[in-house]
Amino acid sequence: MVAPASLRVVRCGGSALHGARAVFSCDSKQVVPGYLLCASGDFVKLYSLATGEPLRLLGGHAGLVTGIQLNPHNHMQLYSSSLDGSIKLWDYVDGIPIKTYTVGSKLLALYALASSEDSVFAIIPKSGERDTFQLVSVKLTKAAGQDLEAKELSVVLDGVDASPKRIAFGREGEYVASVKEVNLQVYFFKQKQLNRFSVSATKTKGGSNHFTCIACHPTEDCIATGHADGKIRLWRNFYHRKEYTFSTLHWHHDTVMDLAFSVEGTNLLSGGVESVLVLWHSESDCQKDFLPRLGSAIEYISMSTDGTLCCTLHTDNRITIINSNLRFSKSIQGLIKSRDVKTGLVVDPRTKALVLNGEPGHLQFYCLQSDQQLFSLDIVQRQYIHQAGLKQVDLVKVAFSAEGKWLATVEEREEVTDPELQLKLWFFDEETQSFKLNTRINMPHEDHITDMCFRDMDELDDDSLMLVTAGRDRVFKVWMMVEDSDPEAQQSVSWSCDFVGSYHNYEATNCCFSEDGSLLAVSFEETVTVWDSVTWDLKCTFCHPPGKIRNICFGRLTCSKYLIGATDYGFLCCWNLLSCALEWSAHLNILILQPDPLSEHIAAVSWLSKESSLFVFKPNDPRPIYIQRNLCKEKIQLAAFVPRDEPEMIGSEKYLWLRKSQLFFLTDTQELLTLSTKSLEERLTPSSKQLAVEESLLVTPFSLLLGKHRRQQSQDNIDLGNLIHNKHEQDSPAVKELLHTPAHVLPSASFLCPIFINSLLISKDNKSAEEVADEVEMESEKTEDDSDEEGDVTEMEQEDASPMKLLGEITYKLSKSQEKELRKIRKMDYSWISAL
Amino acid sequence: MGEFEVHRVRFFGLVPAGVRCLACQPRGARLALARTDGAVEIYNCSANYFQEKVIPGHEARSVEALCWAAGERLFGAGLSGDITEYDLAGLRVARSLPGSGGPIWSMAANSSGTRLAVGCEDGSVKLFQVIPGGIQFERNLDRRKGRILCLSWHPSGTHIAAGSIDIFRVLDVSSGQTVQRVMVNYQVQKVKRECVVWSIAFLSSGTVVTCDSFGRVQFWDWERGTLLESHTVSTSSVLSLAVSEKEDSIIVGTSTGATYQFQLLPVKMGSLEKRWVRTKPFQHHTHDVRAVAHSSTALISGGLDAQLVIRPLMEKVQKKSYDAALRKFTFPHRRLVSCARKARLLLFQFSQHLELWRLGSTDETGEDGEVLPLRRLPEHLVQLKSKGPEHIYCSCVSPCGSWVAYSTASRFHLYRVQHKGDSVSIKKVPKVPKLLLPAYQLQFSADSSSLFVASARGSVHVLQLLEPGGCKHLHTHRPPSESPEAVYLLAVSADGHWLAAAGGDWTIHVYNLKCSKHHCTVPTYSCAVTALAIHPLTNNLVIAYSDQQLFEFSIPEKQYTAWSRTVQSCGLHTVWLERDSPITHITFNPKNPSHILLHDTYMFCVLDKSLPLPDNSALLMNQSTLKQLPETARQRQLHAFKICKKFQPLLFADLLDEKCLVMVERPIMDIKTQLPLPVQQKKFGT
Repeated sequence: MVAPASLRVVRCGGSALHGARAVFSCDSKQVVPGYLLCASGDFVKLYSLATGEPLRLLGGHAGLVTGIQLNPHNHMQLYSSSLDGSIKLWDYVDGIPIKTYTVGSKLLALYALASSEDSVFAIIPKSGERDTFQLVSVKLTKAAGQDLEAKELSVVLDGVDASPKRIAFGREGEYVASVKEVNLQVYFFKQKQLNRFSVSATKTKGGSNHFTCIACHPTEDCIATGHADGKIRLWRNFYHRKEYTFSTLHWHHDTVMDLAFSVEGTNLLSGGVESVLVLWHSESDCQKDFLPRLGSAIEYISMSTDGTLCCTLHTDNRITIINSNLRFSKSIQGLIKSRDVKTGLVVDPRTKALVLNGEPGHLQFYCLQSDQQLFSLDIVQRQYIHQAGLKQVDLVKVAFSAEGKWLATVEEREEVTDPELQLKLWFFDEETQSFKLNTRINMPHEDHITDMCFRDMDELDDDSLMLVTAGRDRVFKVWMMVEDSDPEAQQSVSWSCDFVGSYHNYEATNCCFSEDGSLLAVSFEETVTVWDSVTWDLKCTFCHPPGKIRNICFGRLTCSKYLIGATDYGFLCCWNLLSCALEWSAHLNILILQPDPLSEHIAAVSWLSKESSLFVFKPNDPRPIYIQRNLCKEKIQLAAFVPRDEPEMIGSEKYLWLRKSQLFFLTDTQELLTLSTKSLEERLTPSSKQLAVEESLLVTPFSLLLGKHRRQQSQDNIDLGNLIHNKHEQDSPAVKELLHTPAHVLPSASFLCPIFINSLLISKDNKSAEEVADEVEMESEKTEDDSDEEGDVTEMEQEDASPMKLLGEITYKLSKSQEKELRKIRKMDYSWISAL
Repeated sequence: MGEFEVHRVRFFGLVPAGVRCLACQPRGARLALARTDGAVEIYNCSANYFQEKVIPGHEARSVEALCWAAGERLFGAGLSGDITEYDLAGLRVARSLPGSGGPIWSMAANSSGTRLAVGCEDGSVKLFQVIPGGIQFERNLDRRKGRILCLSWHPSGTHIAAGSIDIFRVLDVSSGQTVQRVMVNYQVQKVKRECVVWSIAFLSSGTVVTCDSFGRVQFWDWERGTLLESHTVSTSSVLSLAVSEKEDSIIVGTSTGATYQFQLLPVKMGSLEKRWVRTKPFQHHTHDVRAVAHSSTALISGGLDAQLVIRPLMEKVQKKSYDAALRKFTFPHRRLVSCARKARLLLFQFSQHLELWRLGSTDETGEDGEVLPLRRLPEHLVQLKSKGPEHIYCSCVSPCGSWVAYSTASRFHLYRVQHKGDSVSIKKVPKVPKLLLPAYQLQFSADSSSLFVASARGSVHVLQLLEPGGCKHLHTHRPPSESPEAVYLLAVSADGHWLAAAGGDWTIHVYNLKCSKHHCTVPTYSCAVTALAIHPLTNNLVIAYSDQQLFEFSIPEKQYTAWSRTVQSCGLHTVWLERDSPITHITFNPKNPSHILLHDTYMFCVLDKSLPLPDNSALLMNQSTLKQLPETARQRQLHAFKICKKFQPLLFADLLDEKCLVMVERPIMDIKTQLPLPVQQKKFGT
């Protein structure tokens, strides 16, 4: 296994799904359940409509994807446009880019029409003028080759809005309508006639009159426009400049965000900030249906081509799939975008999910592997009222105890003076498998709580568990569990304050426990104080003036004698706790300081001259192990190390710090980034690929029969023993992929043949072949790592042992050389098998 | 301004009657309106919708339907069961014929105006032939149970659609048989509520449009009896419906006060398939819209809130001008208040009674805009109830306050009011001379010695008032050329020398009272006269027309004055011309001979002839900006029109003495409180 030369920054979720309307694959009526395609950041995501799982990520654009459209002449192909100025044609089922057309200027939206043979429409900025945009038709040449130039542009409409929602093509591509501010313009292609209409610009009592979105009736000459004051206007007769007419539908109280006609045009769907989908029957004001409580504001609405499904994209990145009878069908939730991530990125020790603010007042548990929300925990437990200017109670801090048994949350009402605070402690209930509120503490501090942490110790001993909160009211408080004396109480324990500490009347800004829990570091503005967690004595103080302390953390494992702090004035300091002296300091504007819980590495992200840089170092060494400058364009807001399920094999020594945990970042646009050594294709988990293959199998009587037969067979296999079974399991991905990939995208047979044959061979041969190389690697590894791998080794021994037992149950003492060889085998990397 | 002490009068408790039905003259410029109290009004569409003629109501004569037939003839029918023809020149009922089918709910004329169909309580549809000098019963059509609430002729005149409760029928005119009977409540049979077809229209394509109490507007194919389209526009009843002459637009009125327009629009560009689409909703009324009309350029609706709303169709108006303005009329375009300047009395005219009030008084003075405390409150002196079912045509109080006169359709009354200290006694003057009745306008001379009675055929009677309580017919002035139209406006000069009279044919005759002869005729203008007055010093006649033009005519010189010619050559300010209510009263300030005081419903204006006229670039209503300017700049900005919009809606304004004004307001809110509660509607945010 050879690692790639460099680390790549990979977007792995959360990015706004706001590029464009979602697109349904051709026919959801077919036996193939169909797909949903969404633009997501630089990628196009392919979701299964049956399960809602993300199946594929179409990547290749170098900028935000702004438009996706099915190829009207081949429904298995997809056009996508991007800010990088290219249009790509995809085979989306297999995720293969077919063609790339380079247009040259930024593309802000894409439209494809069945009536236009070889051209698509796009919004581009007008050259030479700022903030003016035009709609152009782009001729896509039919030349051979993958990368093509598409420079043949012809302007259709001038002065259009940049938003893709503000242009719509009418019935059979007869006309195009565009809205901007208070003007509507309609251009008829055949007549080459341009009609302009406008609504009165004066602000009515309901708010501004501006157009926000537009949709065209699929079969009639009717245009629906949404307005900022919540009205929907239906325009007719618009080929007469004077005798045009419109009617008004009004239900929304705020901006109409998107509109969509049903396939026959009998119904109109509209959505807005109320998070209610409204279905208007036959354009009548009196007949309408609602689908309320969709969670958050509706940003885009799209209809499937056969009209059976409809899909809404929400501002918080949720995708909702709705049946034609306005029945909620499915919700696809990735990382929910909340207004402000105040809680930071926290890892749930139990599920290894990322925990952060979700819906208002909720805590979301986000599964990194499946890019799905595991669940959402209602912390605030109050009805969220959408109203401008209303102060909402929001979740600001969250902390888990080491084993994930306890969860502490802090919520506050966003008021500058006299905040309303609440500290809640939740106990994980094994029976219901969810958190249960244990203690609620009103006003734990007089002012905002700045930091909160649990003492990370083995939790079998409940008495040692304590929570520390630092507040702007110049104290830190220690909370302990006490036996509940009240006999009527439902629980036996509750939390209460145990100790209040302060230092020179400074605001407490950060708190942190050392790894063994014996020391607590609390920073008070410019000073770091270290306290004994048993006697609550102030042990020592550190200071590095000028500048207030921004972050502190203790070193771990071998570096546990160090305390790291970052200050406002751009210094990173490392103090030795034994000598109580400054070990080293570096001049860096550190925003984030994040220790890896499983190793002594600490990641620091700095923000300097509009770029984020990553430094990874060990506290005992002032020289960083790894530096990545210009990590991404956006400002990185938060970072977290997430422990891996099993250590990744990393060849290069430079990236060894990524072995046990993975580092995730959240940018200020709430995009989740990670660092990966693997290439894009490998990152996709094989399980999802398998899923895609299995789903596409037809359910016929024959297949059922076959399935039954197979199941029997596999049971037989299990009875027979693991040898053959193991073999099958190892082979399956390679063989399956070989058999199920469409023939036209497979590499040549000569290339496939060795892989196929290799997969049939017994792997023992391979082991001996790579023996020499492995030996070298093993020696280069550090001795201390050995102990960490203990768990893995035992597993592998069992695996190795099983064939021996099968081979006649013979046990004999191994010779020294044999033992050595065995150890080599033990150290061997088996991961290549799964890669096949 | 701060120049006047103003009596702000808000105790005129007028509640205008609701609008019951509307009828547009086919291809004509007139709109007939009937109110719930039986009054019929004629509006002239070409003269800025001026209320030209008013025929006061009658207790026993409610009007349920109005229609124009045989050109200019107007017919009405009501729950009394009679069909009435109106004399529009004489402003009274010309003749009346019993329908003999019980109360009449509906009436319609065929497109040529030769036949009238009448729908009666007993379920019969009767045909009448319009003949010169009246109507003649022709035949009864097929009678079924259920009152006929609405009727519509097919444009070819062969069929009649008649709407009833739960059903509508199509009747063949030649055979008299019912050829189609359609249940309209078929879809909602589970609901045990009757579905009233409130209004119906028969289109030339064979489509029948109905609107019903379920809030639906439905389009039916009458031959097959099938429903073509159904639009639910309201949760409550749709009460009225009108189709444009081209049959491409429909207006409906609902009981929530909203009106909706339906338009026949092509489904696709260039295709022949057309569909009715509900387009514009308008909410101008607060109560039931009982009547709608569709003229070629405007949508007209009238409601129980007594408002007549004229909403022009923008796409049919050629240029943006006065025609494109939305108009709302609540109050009549004529004077209901008369003022005794010397005695400081106000006489209010209601439909069946008069009220005499004494104005309050104060002896304090104050700053501009200050409300002065009253020493004596305004006092209700007398209420005069008119006897009989007829409503009052006109009334007047003499300047000295000792005479009150009023007229109904058949009687003329003169009263002597005697003030003894604070108490008031009233005595009817016996033996009033027999005059040609009704009187359309009454005017006392400035010295209260004679009374001028405007009468039919352009004549004006002069009555001499005798002390202590009697009167004598002196003379009757007649125009040199015979006119059938009644005189509706009178103006007397302060010196008692001249009398100006404007008739329904818009000519103004000036009579010399001293020699009792016709003096001259003011050159005719193509618009209705809305107000007349003679200047007390110069004897100039000031005339306001319904197109907002102002003229000044010198009676002694028999020609327009120089100022009037300047106004015509310079033209008036466009904002002035675009006002939508006519000038209803003109008066003068004897202290400032160059001042003319005029008012309409929404403003009071002091017109200073000595100042330059504003051009279109100047601000017409500049009083508030002038206040902030320094003295020198103010002088430069001054122009002839000094407009005050503080008092709204203004029913009457007059000058009591040199620095004392009386303003009679009737706030719309006060009228609303007198009306029944409107239909409950949920409103967002309440």
